[in-house]
Amino acid sequence: MSLPSILIQLLNGLASASSLFLVSAGLSLIFGVTRIVNFAHGSLYMLGLYGAYSLIEALGRTPLGFWSAVILAALVVGLVGVAIEVLVLRRIYRAPELFQLLATFAVVLVIKDVALFAWGPEDLVGPRAPGFGSVEILGKRIPAYDLLLIAIGPVVLGVMRLLLKRTRWGALVRAATQDREMVGALGVDQARLFTSVFFVGAVLAGLGGALQIPREPANLDLDLAVIADAFVVTVVGGLGSLGGAFLAAILIALAKAFCIGIGTVHLFGTEIVFSKLTLVVEFVIMGVVLVLRPYGLRGKKPATPRTSGEIAPALTSPRWQVAACWMVLFLVVPLLGDRYVVVLLTDIACFALFAASLHFIMGPAGMVSFGHAAYFGLGAYAAALLFKRAGLPMEAALLLAPFCAGLFAVVYGWFCVRLSGVYLAMLTLAFAQISWSIVFQWDSFTDGSNGIVGIWPSAWLSDKSVYYYMTLALCGIGIVFLWRVLFSPFGYVLRAGRDSPLRAEALGIDVRSFQWAAFVLAGMLAGLAGAAFAFSKGSISPSSVSIGQSTDGLVMVLLGGVETLTGPVVGAALFTWLRDELARDTQSWRAVLGLVILLIVLLFPQGLVGGLKALIGRWREARA
Amino acid sequence: MSAVLQVEGLHKDFGGVRAVVDVSFAVDAGELLALIGPNGAGKSTCFNMLNGQLAPDSGIARLGGRDILGMSPRAIWKLGVGRTFQITATFASLSVRENVQMALYSHAGKLGSLLQRFGAAFTVEADALLDQVGMLEQATRLCGVLAYGDLKRVELAMALANQPRLLLMDEPTAGMAPRERVALMELVARLARARQIAVLFTEHDMDVVFSQADRIVVLDRGRLIAGGKPDEVKANVNVRDVYLGGMA
Repeated sequence: MSLPSILIQLLNGLASASSLFLVSAGLSLIFGVTRIVNFAHGSLYMLGLYGAYSLIEALGRTPLGFWSAVILAALVVGLVGVAIEVLVLRRIYRAPELFQLLATFAVVLVIKDVALFAWGPEDLVGPRAPGFGSVEILGKRIPAYDLLLIAIGPVVLGVMRLLLKRTRWGALVRAATQDREMVGALGVDQARLFTSVFFVGAVLAGLGGALQIPREPANLDLDLAVIADAFVVTVVGGLGSLGGAFLAAILIALAKAFCIGIGTVHLFGTEIVFSKLTLVVEFVIMGVVLVLRPYGLRGKKPATPRTSGEIAPALTSPRWQVAACWMVLFLVVPLLGDRYVVVLLTDIACFALFAASLHFIMGPAGMVSFGHAAYFGLGAYAAALLFKRAGLPMEAALLLAPFCAGLFAVVYGWFCVRLSGVYLAMLTLAFAQISWSIVFQWDSFTDGSNGIVGIWPSAWLSDKSVYYYMTLALCGIGIVFLWRVLFSPFGYVLRAGRDSPLRAEALGIDVRSFQWAAFVLAGMLAGLAGAAFAFSKGSISPSSVSIGQSTDGLVMVLLGGVETLTGPVVGAALFTWLRDELARDTQSWRAVLGLVILLIVLLFPQGLVGGLKALIGRWREARA
Repeated sequence: MSAVLQVEGLHKDFGGVRAVVDVSFAVDAGELLALIGPNGAGKSTCFNMLNGQLAPDSGIARLGGRDILGMSPRAIWKLGVGRTFQITATFASLSVRENVQMALYSHAGKLGSLLQRFGAAFTVEADALLDQVGMLEQATRLCGVLAYGDLKRVELAMALANQPRLLLMDEPTAGMAPRERVALMELVARLARARQIAVLFTEHDMDVVFSQADRIVVLDRGRLIAGGKPDEVKANVNVRDVYLGGMA
């Protein structure tokens, strides 16, 4: 490792930092004004890249063609942002915040399939920026385009600052970021303000993507990868702070550059491959920053809203008739159906427990997790590793796995319960990503990206139907246990802590400890779900720890409805079945799934079960 | 009679602003002490130091021989201090009875159970408390749908659940209709005298203060400028200056 090679990595890192800053600035701006965490922001970045690629093809690889293409792409993405706001989000501003999150996630699915349809599954490598050669620094050649990118970051920061400080629009944005209710009360047209903010935020994301076309190929995995990075940057910088986002983007780019630059180091006889840490390092930084400065480097403690928002309804336990119907359905259907149905129902049982455990901390305890797959996946891996590496019997591995997942939840949870709201959600995502990278990169132990194969259940469980009934029993017990706990003093404390932490503390209740315990309990049961899932498939791959798996869980819970107990189970069943059906029948199952989710969000803003309950209530009133 | 709460030399600066300067007072058992003063006088700062939300720069607040300054709200509650908030804080998704039961469970140290059903215990005790504050008829309603004045009563019932020696009430009647205000404070006075609870409260409504408080202390710009029985305070020249400015 030499100084010039570090310098190269440094400049390379800074060039990426500019784009990352643009996306994060857009995300931060939108969150500040509308309080929406736009999951689709990474998708907008991806569209920027694809759009720039096609427009350059159309306009020609000349300097004029290139730059018009980049700017046009950004503007088109801006219009996509406007469409998302007007067609979807505007209709659900009054719905709980989590529903808006679900809607933006549905948009992610739709955009992914639209991109697949329009541009195909292959990576598209864009042209080099015409008119840009390379510059020699310390004997190394560096693309001049990178230097331009490095300059663009601060320029955009300056322009945005000017816009926010000097224009009426900027004043409104700043005011709304500080106190949205007051701005509304002063008679500002919120719909127009929100649309304009979405436009600007989306343009920034599109521009960030388009500018990268000479440096990275357009591909379909960018959406979730970029959104994870952008989350980290906005949270490290402090939500709503542009300067903070800039600082964080640079900090993270530098840290990554150094990890690549340092490469492999021998320390105390062990080999540390620093370049492998690039996937983890940003999340480690985020973890450290959030623990030291809970609102990010430049963020401020958010003002407490004047009203507590919508009041969570009281929980009611599912009626025994309903529960009995479900049980009969789960018990009898496999007898009638074929092997395929049994496999599907096994999946549903596992995901129902996974979703119920996520609901447990999200709904009653009020801690939204974007990274619940960590415990599902780590449970699955723990089972696989105990079985294959430690040579334990399958039954022992299955039952010990939840405790391994729980152990991780003890550590991760300790940090997470110190935060709340979006910051908490982001930190859970960070821990999930750290887990994912470790699983993904530790080839010698976890078999890396291939995953672990050959983890089959014992002989007495080898029949799919028998394994199904075992899974049903385990997951059923898990779900009923969680329901039971929610009506215990412990469960009531969680709800009390969510409703009013101030009052809970004034009654001598240590809210944080209870939340921590809830976190661990949920982690253990998610781990059980993961372990049962692993043995049902015979193999396990890093995707079980991925962001995709976490968002699946979120969608299941929100689809069913956060405020009901049966909601997560219904959501899990519907989501798993729908995904399976659609994946068999159509190429673009994601888009269809996304549209179905959007439809449900727009029609039933309280989730399916919540919506049905409301409908039944209205029907009863009408009859009475 | 010895004081339940003895505050001495309480002091707090915010940056260069001296919010509370050398404030001392005491509250006796069964006594209602009103802490009054114009906006910005330092009432809330005083309160927040006594209830554990804010760390003081210096001073002592003795409660039964122990200095409670700098303790967490949780620890202070465990020493027998009940609180009501300026903006009511109750558990909105729980029923009125469950809110009070939560306080009772916590007092009894029975919140850790995973499998018992919440609400099976302490129903009688909860209903007795609700009866005292006149909220028994609404015991099964959710706190989230209650009228503001009723929430204040629920808060009072919760504050009484750990059989407190001291009640800290920050603006207990803020947001209530005038007639309700006097009724609530009469209720507090009755309970305080019957159970020998010391009550420290802040209040803007002078009718409530002068009709219900046993003693009054007056803050102005962080300093204690007067104290005594309502009649004495009414006659005090300093107090007239503060409230009426140059007009007096």
